[in-house]
Amino acid sequence: MMDKLQQLGAATLGVIERLGRGHIFIYYAIKGFPALALRPNLVLAQVFSTGVLSLIIILVSGLFVGMVLGLQGYNTLVDFGAEESLGVMVALSLVRELGPVVTALLFAGRAGSALTAEIGLMKSTEQLSGMEMMAVDPLQRVVAPRFLAGAIAMPLLAAMFSAVGVMGGYFVGVGLLGVDEGAFWSQMQASVEIDEDIINGIIKSFAFGIVVTWIAVFEGYDCVPTSEGVSRATTRTVVHSSLAVLGLDFVLTALMFGE
Amino acid sequence: MAENDEPLVKIRNLHFSRGDRKIFDGVDIDIQKGRITAIMGPSGTGKTTLLKLIGGQLRPDQGTIHVDGKHVHKLSHSQLYELRKRMGMLFQSGALLTDINVYDNVAFPIREHTKLSESIIRHLVLMKLHAVGLRGARDLMPSELSGGMARRVALARAIALDPMMIMFDEPFTGQDPISMGVLVTLIRSLNDALDLTSILVSHDVQETASIADYIYVISEGKVVEHGSSETLQRSSSPWVKQFMEGLPDGPVPFHYPSLDYADDLLTGSRP
Amino acid sequence: MMHTRTVQVWVGLFVALGIVALFMLSMKVSNINAFRAVEGYAVTAKFENIGGLKVRSPVKMAGVVVGRVDDISFDSDTYEAVVHMKIEEQFNHMPVDTTASIFTAGLLGEQYIGLEAGGEEDYLKEGSKIRLTQSAMVLENLIGTFLFDKADKADKGAGK
Repeated sequence: MMDKLQQLGAATLGVIERLGRGHIFIYYAIKGFPALALRPNLVLAQVFSTGVLSLIIILVSGLFVGMVLGLQGYNTLVDFGAEESLGVMVALSLVRELGPVVTALLFAGRAGSALTAEIGLMKSTEQLSGMEMMAVDPLQRVVAPRFLAGAIAMPLLAAMFSAVGVMGGYFVGVGLLGVDEGAFWSQMQASVEIDEDIINGIIKSFAFGIVVTWIAVFEGYDCVPTSEGVSRATTRTVVHSSLAVLGLDFVLTALMFGE
Repeated sequence: MAENDEPLVKIRNLHFSRGDRKIFDGVDIDIQKGRITAIMGPSGTGKTTLLKLIGGQLRPDQGTIHVDGKHVHKLSHSQLYELRKRMGMLFQSGALLTDINVYDNVAFPIREHTKLSESIIRHLVLMKLHAVGLRGARDLMPSELSGGMARRVALARAIALDPMMIMFDEPFTGQDPISMGVLVTLIRSLNDALDLTSILVSHDVQETASIADYIYVISEGKVVEHGSSETLQRSSSPWVKQFMEGLPDGPVPFHYPSLDYADDLLTGSRP
Repeated sequence: MMHTRTVQVWVGLFVALGIVALFMLSMKVSNINAFRAVEGYAVTAKFENIGGLKVRSPVKMAGVVVGRVDDISFDSDTYEAVVHMKIEEQFNHMPVDTTASIFTAGLLGEQYIGLEAGGEEDYLKEGSKIRLTQSAMVLENLIGTFLFDKADKADKGAGK
């Protein structure tokens, strides 16, 4: 009994300690942001590897998710004779939920795992240590630009996902199933609110971008510097950031659309 | 060389432990300016840890380390980084940045810490690469280098900012005789040509003894013996003798502590 | 490492695509047009029941959007809903006896105010009140009425 309690206590303390280190870690990384203003190329290179390289998977997934929404939505709505509302349904599900959430999940798998593996490998090959000894702070030189780039790339990716998804829904709904084009767009425009839906969606995706990138860079920086340690950290990045995104999504949705 | 009374690195009563394991238990070391000081000892005695303590990457449990008169572990973050600009460290693996080529690796500390124009940086980089004999390899990626070459590039990078001291972490491990010879010569000649102070951590007795001016031998968290290499060769301590001559058995037994062999066999199958 | 220029071009393209997507979402998908402050004159109308009418719902005449609902309040004396709407300046020839009704686009669609012109010579202007109004059709009431009728007829049938 005492042993179990002790284990529970030790595990809890471990989690709290890691959380604490994660916060201190990101605090020092953020302190490196002003210096990045003088060296935008560092950030650009990271926007390239987190954003541009995730582009294909985001666009293709967005298109298919939109098309599936179009098909499923049509089949449900047609029973109520409300297939003209297809545009509303597709756009609202994408802009409010699926765009930010699915993009964040894909982003965690594509860019987050790559970030963890890259930083973890730099740690295990003593590159981070080497930088420290060259008086270059790896938190500012390696972590800060990656963190910033993730936070920049994620909302843009989510917007593209939603936009492409709406087009996918349009192709299926209007092109394939014959929903009236005018009704599709006009009902959508009448029901999607710029402040409640679009802006909230952007806020969500920005928050997810911060969380996913934060977890990814921290896991990489904090990993056990062996090949096994790096691979575990990479797995943890995907699992933890996916869970964090879904949990945070609930909280944000409750705050934004809760009333 | 004029002897300066104050050593460049002064370590006093250093204690450090990892978990329950004591790594240093009251170590005093002085490193004189302009010399090559070697720190030797069997694997696992925390020689690399010592370098990290000097570089301020680790904190001692007790004791002080002064580098150039500054108390390393009482410095602020930015003061520590200022000090590190004047220290070079050569990691065992080289620790080159794997995503940029040799030229950019050597240019990295210069670009990070100075605002020199690219043409001046080019002169500096080529000069440093020339000094280690790898001017022709400037366009190679780190993955295309052999271990010895990677260490030489790392050496060029370590001297890029003309530091006052360089710490070498096991520079000879896993090298073939030729690159070993190259590194030995390089360390000695660079130390003299650039008026550096070198700290050399190694367990390769012959090579280290051939270039070090002064040697500390560490074991079980304590300095067992120190002096010039001749002094150590003539040491009366059986332990130092075993270490310096590489004997398989002696004060450090060949067998890991265990039960009596005969008893062990007679107990039969494991309980 | 890729050439800096290539990286810059790609990142430029990436950001441009992102902005285009955001632009499309706000312009094509959402009701940003409703946000342009409607320049025009304010009129009010009282309804017994406004159903699902919302602020920024369209006001239409003959199917053309002529204005937007500006504000909805409650008159605690008459227990009626007061709808303030803005009619665009260019539609300034609406007779004072115009009727305002609340309609639903499709069976389950959004609700809007439909205006139907009357025959008076005077026109609506800033601060005018529309007196003739027809409330929203509430589905439950309709179904209720329908069922009541059915039951009534069935009773009569049984009584014969």
